[in-house]
Amino acid sequence: MSIVIVDYGSGNLLSIANMLRKVGCPNVTISGGPDEIEKADKLILPGVGHIDHGMKGLRQANLIDVLNDKVIDKQTPVLGICLGLQLMTEKSEEGMSKGLGWLEATTIAFDKNRMNGEKLPHMGWAEIKYNRSHPLFKGLGPDPRFYFVHGYHVTTENKNLILCKADYGYDFTAGLFRENIMAVQFHPEKSHKFGMKIMKNFAEL
Amino acid sequence: MNIPRVIPVLLLRDGGVVKSVRFKDHTYIGDPLNAVRIFNEKEVDEIAVIDIGATIQNSLPDFDLIKQIAGEAFMPMSYGGGITEIEHIRRVINNGVEKVILQNAALSDPGLIREAAGQFGSQSIIVCLDVKRNWWGRYEVRSKNGRKKWKGTPQDWAIRMEDAGAGELIIQSVDRDGTMKGYDHHLQGMISNVVNIPVVALGGANSLDDMKACKQAGASAVAAGSFFVFQGPHRAVLISYPKRSELLEAFKD
Repeated sequence: MSIVIVDYGSGNLLSIANMLRKVGCPNVTISGGPDEIEKADKLILPGVGHIDHGMKGLRQANLIDVLNDKVIDKQTPVLGICLGLQLMTEKSEEGMSKGLGWLEATTIAFDKNRMNGEKLPHMGWAEIKYNRSHPLFKGLGPDPRFYFVHGYHVTTENKNLILCKADYGYDFTAGLFRENIMAVQFHPEKSHKFGMKIMKNFAEL
Repeated sequence: MNIPRVIPVLLLRDGGVVKSVRFKDHTYIGDPLNAVRIFNEKEVDEIAVIDIGATIQNSLPDFDLIKQIAGEAFMPMSYGGGITEIEHIRRVINNGVEKVILQNAALSDPGLIREAAGQFGSQSIIVCLDVKRNWWGRYEVRSKNGRKKWKGTPQDWAIRMEDAGAGELIIQSVDRDGTMKGYDHHLQGMISNVVNIPVVALGGANSLDDMKACKQAGASAVAAGSFFVFQGPHRAVLISYPKRSELLEAFKD
C-alpha cells in the first residue's frame, strides 16, 4: 500500500512523512510527479498559505488533471490537510482562483465580529466535536485536540458533509468528507497521539 | 478562558541546548534530540528552537541539525537563528519546520517578511523582538543577542512587523530572561494592545499563575526556557511540563 504526499510547493511535507513512518507506513513518498501520483494507492493533499498560491502550484506542476482523475474517477482515498481541505472546496474568499470543487462547500474568512476577543489567524490547539462517526476517528476518545493554523475556514449548506467542528470565537467546520474524500482543517501531523491515530486510521482504511 | 499555547524554548549553541540568564551565563542543558523526545512524551503545545550560536557567530542555520530535530517533533516547531535571506527560510521549512523566527534580518529589512509571507504565508513567519529597559527605564528593541540597539519604540516596531506581514510576534524581555521572576506583564500588554496578530510572551516565567496573568494582559501564548528545564532553588536540570489537567485548572474562567 503506497501513500503519496502531493508536493506542489506548499506546506511542511516532511512532517507528514515523518508521522506516517512513525505509525508504521513503510511506503510513503513525497512527489509532485503526475506519474507517481497516478500509481498511488492513497493520496495526501497538504498545504499552507494562500489559496491562489496553492492553486497556482497545482497548475504549474500539472497536477489538476491527474488529481481529478484519481480522486473523482478512480475514487482513490485522499486526505486533505489545512489548505488541502480549502483547495477541495468550490471557492475561497481569500483569493480569485476557483478551488478543485470536489466538495460542495466554500472557504470564508473568520468573522471578525464574532471572535470574542480572540486574535486572527487562529493558531493553536482546539478540541474537535464529532459530527458523525467515521473510520478516521476510530480509537480517538471524546474531544481529542488538534493543532490549527488558519485565518479562513470552510462552510457548507450540505450538513451531511460535515465530519467535525471546532470552536474559536464561534463554532466552525473543521472537517469535511464525501465517499473517498476526507479533509481536515487541523494538522494531524503535528498533533501528537491524536494526530497519529488519524494518520494511522487513514493508512489502514 | 481559552488555554494559551504554552511553549518551551530551546536555545542551541554548538549543537547543544543551553540556557542563559539575561542573555549571559549560559548553562549546558543537554542534547536537543533528547530534549525534543521528552517534550513529545509530555505532549507540549509547540516548541521553539533558537540557535543563539548562529546569531553570535554570524553563521548559517545548521540545516542538518534542524532536520533531525524536526524529524522528532510531533508538535509544531519554530526555528530561529542565522536566517538572513529567503532561501534560508525555504530550506528551514523544507526541513520539516512550520515556522521561522526572524529578528535582525526582519528589523533591517521588513521587505524580507513581506516576501516570505507572500511565499509561505504569514502564519509561518514569526518576528521575535528582544526588549530591554535602558538606563532611563525606557523600553528599547535589541537584536544580535542583545547587543544591537534599534531606534523607535517596541510598539512602533511591532506595528511595522505586523504591517510587513508577520503572523505572530515573540516579545522577549531581556531583563527577565532566565530570572524566573515573572513575565513583564506591562510590556506584554503594551504590545498586545497595538497589534492584531498573536503575541507570544517570553522571559521570566515563574508559575502557571504568572502565565495566566500574561494571557489576561493580552498575550495569546506563553513561552519559557528555564521554567521547563530547571527544578528547585539550585536550578537542577530536569525537563518538565505541566499536565493537561493542571493547565485546565490554572486557566479555568
